[in-house]
Amino acid sequence: MATAIDAPRRTDAPGEEAPRRQGSVAARLSRAVAKGPLNVILLLIALFWLLPTFGLLVSSFRSAADNATNGWWNVFTAPAQLTLDSYQSLLGDARMVGAFWNTVLITVPSTLGVVLIGSLAAYAFAWIDFPGRDWAFITVVGLLVVPVQVALIPVAELYGRLGVFGSIPTVILFHIAFGLPFAIFLLRNFFAGIPAELLEAARIDGAGEARIFFRVVLPIGLPAIASLSIFQFLWVWNDLLIALVFAGTDAAPLTVAIREQTRQFGANIDVIAPGAFISLIVPLVVFFAFQRYFVQGLLAGAEK
Amino acid sequence: MSGGGTVAPRRPPGGGRVSRRWLVALAFLGPALVLLGAIVIYPIVFTVFRSFYDRAGDAFVGMDNYQQMFASQRTRTAIKNNMIWVAVAPAIATGVGLIVAVLAERVRWQTAFKVAVFMPMAISGLATGVIFRLVYETEPERGLANAVVTTVAGTFRSSGEYAGARPSQEDALQPAGMGYLTADTFSPGDTAPLGLLAIRPSEVPDSAEEAVLPQAGAGELAGAVWLDFSRGGGGERGVPDPTEVGLPGMRVEALQAERVVAATEARADGTFVFTGLEPGDYRLRLAEANFRPPWGGVNWLSPTLVTPAVIAAWLWIWVGFAMIVIGAGLAAIPRDVLEAARVDGASEWQVFRRVTAPLLIPVLLVVLVTLVINVLKIFDLVLVIPPGSVQDNANVIALEMWRVSFGGARNQGLGSALSVFLFLLVLPAMAFNIKRFRSERR
Repeated sequence: MATAIDAPRRTDAPGEEAPRRQGSVAARLSRAVAKGPLNVILLLIALFWLLPTFGLLVSSFRSAADNATNGWWNVFTAPAQLTLDSYQSLLGDARMVGAFWNTVLITVPSTLGVVLIGSLAAYAFAWIDFPGRDWAFITVVGLLVVPVQVALIPVAELYGRLGVFGSIPTVILFHIAFGLPFAIFLLRNFFAGIPAELLEAARIDGAGEARIFFRVVLPIGLPAIASLSIFQFLWVWNDLLIALVFAGTDAAPLTVAIREQTRQFGANIDVIAPGAFISLIVPLVVFFAFQRYFVQGLLAGAEK
Repeated sequence: MSGGGTVAPRRPPGGGRVSRRWLVALAFLGPALVLLGAIVIYPIVFTVFRSFYDRAGDAFVGMDNYQQMFASQRTRTAIKNNMIWVAVAPAIATGVGLIVAVLAERVRWQTAFKVAVFMPMAISGLATGVIFRLVYETEPERGLANAVVTTVAGTFRSSGEYAGARPSQEDALQPAGMGYLTADTFSPGDTAPLGLLAIRPSEVPDSAEEAVLPQAGAGELAGAVWLDFSRGGGGERGVPDPTEVGLPGMRVEALQAERVVAATEARADGTFVFTGLEPGDYRLRLAEANFRPPWGGVNWLSPTLVTPAVIAAWLWIWVGFAMIVIGAGLAAIPRDVLEAARVDGASEWQVFRRVTAPLLIPVLLVVLVTLVINVLKIFDLVLVIPPGSVQDNANVIALEMWRVSFGGARNQGLGSALSVFLFLLVLPAMAFNIKRFRSERR
């Protein structure tokens, strides 16, 4: 039996790695050959996923004239087409530069706000036994899927009545409010998993709720807070709809500014391509830097 | 992160502490309550009321907005498209996500693979829209999708090398479909001169040689196809002159009673010969395939294809999500269960069908529901990818809501009705989430 398994021609069982067995070179080779087609297929899929973004990157480094005549892949035969012109003119475009800073000014406070307000509420839901808590939390779970559309008209009207319509803080408030259900849901589940003894010990030492929250719960909850921050950051940075409705001309973020250009797509490609690339490189860097937390947050949101 | 601690620790009993606990809870919950109340919950109620009032919100109009919603062509298209989205997109994303999650587990570089497929999740709908506008450019020279499609198609069905050519003597060769048919009939022993024009010298294959008119042997029907154009002018129409070249590879067919009885290809000097033909009269035809123009690819953003094209862009973003969540579900399946099945002699496919798939169903359901919610609210891709002229064909509820309420028309009564409709569509998903949540707490 054992000799039969060790024989280096068992390529019939498709895929599954032989359990922790240091096979001979021949065995490993035959396994690699058996997986050849699979590797090729997956490579093609990965390529299919990467090429469009790569195409945008290359397009952003070509002149508008080149982009109008032929596809970005022509740089492989004519590398001289590569130029920084589009980026240079983009940096000289006050509206686009302003829009970039607006994006930052909207995204950072929205993220911090949702983390702070959300974690305070999540702590109450996890560790303070107030009447109606379960129902309140089920309401939060329900609010997770509410489409922002139902709030656009009333909130626009509310902002208008208060005379603050169009300013950056109003955009931030809207983002925080709609980020809260997910924040509370994610953080409560994590906070609730903290051992009760830790909190009790702090209480015996005479710590109040505020002290427990800041000194015990927040530090332990850091991984969940990281997940939440990344989600909220990406969500706000990438938002178009909320900014289209609530951000006035001076408060418009990058997505809105680029969207205006896409109405004459062909003519404005020299602004659109580098603009879109800048708008996606920031979240991409965040994504790669904190990938682990991103995945954790995703799985917590879509818990089994 | 699996939600433990559902039972809050009881505080040591103490009289009169309930109100204090309320206060503490309120201090923690206060900011969230204010924001959720003012910006989420109050607006839901307000929108429902608002949907029964006219565009400016002054007059009560009952169900008029809802009637208009289902009567207007634009909104009906939007609702129909949303139904297509819901029926198609989440299922494909979940299916493809499942397949790639299972396949990725079997290669060494699965992390790199997953990152590649997953990466678009970090990219905004707007940037994705821009990326795919570039991909969908119609001309194969510029758009990646058509460049790939036409290249692949070209390997299966080559376009004619002589697209655009026409006869030098129009009464001798008459159009027949995309090809040309001789007006005269020929019999074995005859020689047929078939001159063509309107081919750029650069389009003639390099192998072409000086054209000659062959002598037909006994029982042979011969002829020549050539470019009947002498550089620098001169030359006689219908006769191969010294500087004129043959058109190699031209497909020539012999027809009798409108049936093709023989076919051949012209040689480098343009000559062709049919041997072994029965005595009789034949017409010669230059086959359609010679003149077929190169295929220009697909018009992705045409009214009929625009919704599938936008769905494809959406899939590019969300397959990664399905893959990651399903992958985690796969990883959670106990190894020994799978091993036990294998030891019992189950094939890999049987293991998947009988063990893996049933255990995965709850995860697949969660992915599907999450994606359905997402697709109901789809907005930015549909705003950015379709050019203005086909925006109405690609319309969806969320986009129409924005266009009606804030873009020009400013009919916020109708906009509210659309929002309420969207909200109603999301309600089953909300019920699913709450039910799942409550069953988990038990």
